[in-house]
Amino acid sequence: MGDLLLILLILIITYFTGSILEKNHFKKIKAREIALVKKPVVSFGKKLTTNKKIKKVEFVTGEVVISGDYFKNFVSAFRNFFGGRMVSFESLMDRARREALLRMREKAKTADIIVNARLESTMLNICEDNSNNLIPQVAVIAYGTAVTYER
Amino acid sequence: MILTNIESVPGMKITGHFGMVSGSTVRAKNFVKDFGAGLKNMVGGELKSYTELLEEARKEAINRMIQQAEKVGGNAIINVRFATSAITSGAAEVYAYGTAVKVQPIEG
Repeated sequence: MGDLLLILLILIITYFTGSILEKNHFKKIKAREIALVKKPVVSFGKKLTTNKKIKKVEFVTGEVVISGDYFKNFVSAFRNFFGGRMVSFESLMDRARREALLRMREKAKTADIIVNARLESTMLNICEDNSNNLIPQVAVIAYGTAVTYER
Repeated sequence: MILTNIESVPGMKITGHFGMVSGSTVRAKNFVKDFGAGLKNMVGGELKSYTELLEEARKEAINRMIQQAEKVGGNAIINVRFATSAITSGAAEVYAYGTAVKVQPIEG
């Protein structure tokens, strides 16, 4: 009985901490994306075709590790059983990718364009016996080539 | 050393190829930080110590790749890519690879 109450308590606490942290994070991401809206990032093609003179070429990266919380993990176990969209993990991946991209773009604030932006992701939290009850930690690296034109 | 992840170095022309160069690293944090991250994991949010870990790993992999490119005589690496994998809990492998080339600025 005591164990059950403890789990319930952890679930309630992590529900609030997780959702508050996520909400705040999304708010920050949105504000930073609006601030950078005039700086283009493209992911098509591997060639840069322009007639402008180039001043500087730089390789930029951005990385982040974000974890889910206990509550999400608990709820998603049911979702996994019945099937369907796992909204709680969708938002986790979305957050991680957008944050990594933003960090990359903020490193290249003076550049005019970032070409061939790529995202690479991996799960840090893995276990040998596949027991499937570990809280996911997603690591994302975003990278691209920042080009500055001569003015 | 100039790094790009496109097929050329904008504003320069390629005068020689030296083949593929790569660098890899596996890094882990100490058990105190692992414990801290384990607690943070329950609550959710960014794991700052692991972000640091990933940053260090990325720098190290790039440095090793650059060393290799210098050894073969290149002055730029094009088409740089990353591959990451989780070997065990709390450790990250980052593998960086690209093509070492020699470039020179286009005149005029």
